[in-house]
Amino acid sequence: MSDKMHIKLTVNGEPKEFLAEPRELLIYALREKLDITGPHVGCDTSHCGACTVTLNGKSVKSCTMFVAQANGAEITTIEGIGAPDALHVLQESFKEHHGLQCGFCTPGMITRATKLLEENPSPSEEDVRFGMAGNICRCTGYQNIVKSILAAASEINSAKEAAE
Amino acid sequence: MNDMTPDREERSANLKGMGCSRKRVEDARFTQGKGNYVDDIKLPGMLHGDFVRSPYAHAKVVSVNKEAALALPGVVAVLTAEDLAPLNLHWMPTLAGDKQMVLADGKVLFQGQEVAFVVASDRYIAADAVELVEVEYEELPVITDPFESLKSDVVLRPDLDGQTEGAHGPRKHHNHIFTWEQGDEAGTNQVLDNAEVVAEETMYYHRTHPCPLETCGSVASMDKVNGKLTLWGTFQAPHVVRTVASLLSGIEEHNIRVVSPDIGGGFGNKVGVYPGYVCSIVASIVTGVPVKWVEDRMENLMSTAFARDYHMTGKISATKEGKITGLHCHVTADHGGFDACADPTKFPAGFMNICTGSYDIPVAYLAVDGVYTNKAPGGVSYRCSFRVTEAVYFIERMIEVLAIELDMDAAELRRINFIKKEQFPYTAALGWEYDSGDYHTAWDKALKTVDYDGLRKEQAERVEAFKRGETRKLMGIGLTFFTEIVGAGPVKNCDILGMGMFDSCEIRIHPTGSAIARLGTISQGQGHATTFAQILASEIGISADSITIEEGDTDTAPYGLGTYGSRSTPVAGAATAMAGRKIRAKAQMIAAYLLEVHDDDVEFDIDRFVVKGAPEKFKTMKEIAYAAYNQAIPGIEPGLEAVSYYDPPNMTYPFGAYVCVMDIDVDTGVPEIRRFYALDDCGTRINPMIIEGQIHGGLTEALAVALGQEIAYDDIGNVKTGTLMDFFLPTAWEVPNYETDYTVTPSPHHPIGAKGVGESPHVGGVPCFSNAVQDAFRAFGLRHTNMPHDHWRIWQTANKLGLHE
Repeated sequence: MSDKMHIKLTVNGEPKEFLAEPRELLIYALREKLDITGPHVGCDTSHCGACTVTLNGKSVKSCTMFVAQANGAEITTIEGIGAPDALHVLQESFKEHHGLQCGFCTPGMITRATKLLEENPSPSEEDVRFGMAGNICRCTGYQNIVKSILAAASEINSAKEAAE
Repeated sequence: MNDMTPDREERSANLKGMGCSRKRVEDARFTQGKGNYVDDIKLPGMLHGDFVRSPYAHAKVVSVNKEAALALPGVVAVLTAEDLAPLNLHWMPTLAGDKQMVLADGKVLFQGQEVAFVVASDRYIAADAVELVEVEYEELPVITDPFESLKSDVVLRPDLDGQTEGAHGPRKHHNHIFTWEQGDEAGTNQVLDNAEVVAEETMYYHRTHPCPLETCGSVASMDKVNGKLTLWGTFQAPHVVRTVASLLSGIEEHNIRVVSPDIGGGFGNKVGVYPGYVCSIVASIVTGVPVKWVEDRMENLMSTAFARDYHMTGKISATKEGKITGLHCHVTADHGGFDACADPTKFPAGFMNICTGSYDIPVAYLAVDGVYTNKAPGGVSYRCSFRVTEAVYFIERMIEVLAIELDMDAAELRRINFIKKEQFPYTAALGWEYDSGDYHTAWDKALKTVDYDGLRKEQAERVEAFKRGETRKLMGIGLTFFTEIVGAGPVKNCDILGMGMFDSCEIRIHPTGSAIARLGTISQGQGHATTFAQILASEIGISADSITIEEGDTDTAPYGLGTYGSRSTPVAGAATAMAGRKIRAKAQMIAAYLLEVHDDDVEFDIDRFVVKGAPEKFKTMKEIAYAAYNQAIPGIEPGLEAVSYYDPPNMTYPFGAYVCVMDIDVDTGVPEIRRFYALDDCGTRINPMIIEGQIHGGLTEALAVALGQEIAYDDIGNVKTGTLMDFFLPTAWEVPNYETDYTVTPSPHHPIGAKGVGESPHVGGVPCFSNAVQDAFRAFGLRHTNMPHDHWRIWQTANKLGLHE
C-alpha cells in the first residue's frame, strides 16, 4: 500500500477526479470508482480484450495499465459510443448480424472496432480478423462479428459518399 | 386454414413466431455496455472475499496463521475450516454424491485448493491479506495419473477410509470411486472373440476447461433483520443452488433468494457449487454485510470445473464387408481430488453409454472406472450433454480406426452401419431409445455438397505430389456423423441431488394483450428472451415483441433445473409450449362466450379465435385478454395465466454430418482449415439466425479443444496452463468461416418437435477436426494419435512417420 494519488481523467467527455493508489489498475478505477461497468475483466493477462477502452485515441487494454499511467488522459468506453436513441453504426450492426451472444466481450469488441475502422475505414476480412485478434469471444466463433464489422464499414463509407 | 391469404400472411409475420430469424431483444443492453453481470453488482458496505490457495497438489496443512492478515487495516475476517466446522460447512456435498472441502480440512488435494477465505474492504486489501496468511504445509506424494493412483499405497482421501461402498457401488481400491457398467459384457466378448475383423485402440481425451469469458463469482447479502439471504451469482441452475444453499446453511428455502443476473458464458463451468459461493454466504452471515467473491482467470482454470480427462480403450468388431457386429469400451476417468462431476445422479459417467453413436450395433458393453488423483475436481459437461462429447469422440475415432483395419473408405463404412430411418424409434444396445432420425439423407446431402469423391481424388493426388517432393503440405478430410442425447430428462431416471429434471414455464397475459413468461432455465448467451417468446407467439397468437421473458430469479421464476446439456429448448421449451396451450384452451372458452357459440365451434387462427366456417366472426387474443380481466363470464375464473411443469417422456437426439478439409504443413505442424461444412438436424428450427450463431460458436470451441486447448499438469501436480498465455482460446485470426446446412427431423415426443442445438457443433466438431488431422497422415501409416493436435504435436506425428527425412 502506498499514498493515494490525485487522478484526473476525462471519461466519455466528462471530467473525473478521484484519489487512487498508484498500483490500482485502470479497469478497476473505471468499474469501481466511476461505476463504468461496460468494460469487463476477462483474463488479467491482456489476452481477451474485454476491458478495451480508447485512451488518447488508441485502443488500450485497461487491465494492463495503472490508473496512475492514465492520469490526464481522455478515455472513451462503450458507454461513450452511441446513445440509446442514437446507436453507433457498429452497435446497430452487431445487433443486425448477430455479432454477440452472452455479451461479455461485446463492449470491448465494439470499442476496439470503432478504432479499427478509424485506422482502416475499408478493411478486408483478413484486416478485420487481424485487427480484432486482441479480443476474444467464446460464444460466436467470430464469423458474425467479422460480418458485423464489415457491414458497418460499408455502411459508414456509403454514408460518407452520399454526404460528399 | 392452410391457404395463406395476404392478410393471414401479414398477421402471421407480425407475430415473429417460430421459424423466423427474429433479432435478439438482449442485444440493446449488451451493445451499450448495460449488461448486468455479477461483478457489476455493487451494494452499500459490500466487502470483497479472496482465497488463500494451496501451492501444493498434495500436502498436509499443519497450521494457518491469520494474525498478520487480520492486523492489516481493512481486513474484516479470515475464515478457515476451523471457523466453518461449527456450522458444519467446512465440507459440502458434490453433485456426484461425494463431498468436497470448502476450505482445507487438514490437507489439500490439488494445486489451487481453497485454504482460507479473506474478507476485506476492497479487492486490493483482500489480495494483500492473502499474501499475509501464513500456511505451513507438509508435502505428500503427488499422483497425477489415474492408473498409478489405482496401484498406489498413498491414500488420497483418508476421510473415506474403510468405505468400500461409494455413491455408485463398490470401491475396488482406496483411490477408486466407482465402476459403472452398461450393456452385455459376455455377449459382447463372445462376438469380439469370433469376429472376422476386430479393431482396437486406446485413446486419451485430454483434460480441458470450459473457460467462459466471465469467471465464476457471487455476491451474498444476509439481511439479518428479515432473516433473508439474497445470493447473486454465476449459476446455470439457480433453483438448485437455492435448495443446496438451504440444505447447507439451515436457512429455510423461502428465506433464500438466488438470482442469476446476466451470465458471461457458461459452457458447463457454472453448473457446479463452488467453495467461493459457500464462503461468500458464510462471510455475509458472519459480517452482516454483503460479500462479493469473483475468481480471477488463473483461479478459474485451476479450481473450478475441468472437463473430459477420459482414458478410453475400445474394441470394435465387423464383418469383412464392414458391417459392425459389436463394441467394447472401457474408460478410466480421472475425477481429481473430489468427485464433483455434474451428472444426473444415476449416471456417474453421464451419458457415455451413447457411445454406440449413430450406428446399428447389435451388442455393446461399457465400463467406466472413476479414480481420484491430485488434480482439480470438476468433470463438467463442457458445451455438451453429460459426457456426450467423450462418447462421440470415442465412436467416431473407432470408426476411423476400423476403416483403416478394413482398408475401407470411412464415409462408406459409416453409411452401411447407420441406423435406418425406418428403425426409429430405435433402441440402442446400451439402452437408449433414439426418438427420430434420417441419417442417410443427411450424410448424402453433406457428401454431395462438399463433393466428397472429388476431395478424395485431390487428396490422393496430393499424396503422390508429396512423395515426389513437389509439396510439403498434406491434405486431411475429417468426417463425423454424430448423434447427441440431450434434454435431460425424464424424472423417472434423471435427477440432480434428488430433484427430478423437469422444467417449467409460467405465463401471465396482461389485460392489454401483452405478456410475461418466466422459466426455470437461465440464458448464458443462447438468447432465451428472444426464442422462448417466439415459441409463445406461435402458440398463443401474441406478438413475440409483446412478450417479456424472465429467468434467473428464484423468487419469481417457477422451479426448474437450469440451463446445461442442451436442455432448455427440449424441456423448458416444451413447458413453454404446454403452458401456452393452457392459455389457448382458456382463451377458446372466453372467445366462444364472447361470440355466443359453443366452445367447439371456434378454432384458433394465428392471432385469434374464429367461428368455424365464418372467419369474419372472430375475437383477437388482445380482445380475449381484455375480456378475461373485465367481464364476468359464467363458470370461468377471471384472469389469463398458466403454468406448466414439463417432465419429458424421453431425451431428444439431435444429429449432424460434418466435413472438415484441412491442409497440414508437415514442417511446421500448422493446420490450415480450408473448409468446414456442418449439417445439423435439431428438429424444428425456432430461430435460424440463433441456430447458426450457436453452431459457429460450438465449432470454434471444438476447434480449440481439438487443436490445442488443454489443462496440463507436471509430475508434481503444478498446473502448466493456468493463464490464457498457455490455455488456448482461438482468436478471429485462427478461426475459419463455417458453412452451415440442415435437415429437419422433428422429435416425435416434443410438443413443437424441437431437439436443442447449442452443443451439437461442439460434440460433432471435436472428432471432425481431430479426424481431419489424423486422416492427413493415414496414407503414411498413422492409425491414431491423441489430441490436442497443436503445432508441436502435429510436427512430432510427421516426424515419427519419417516425413522429415
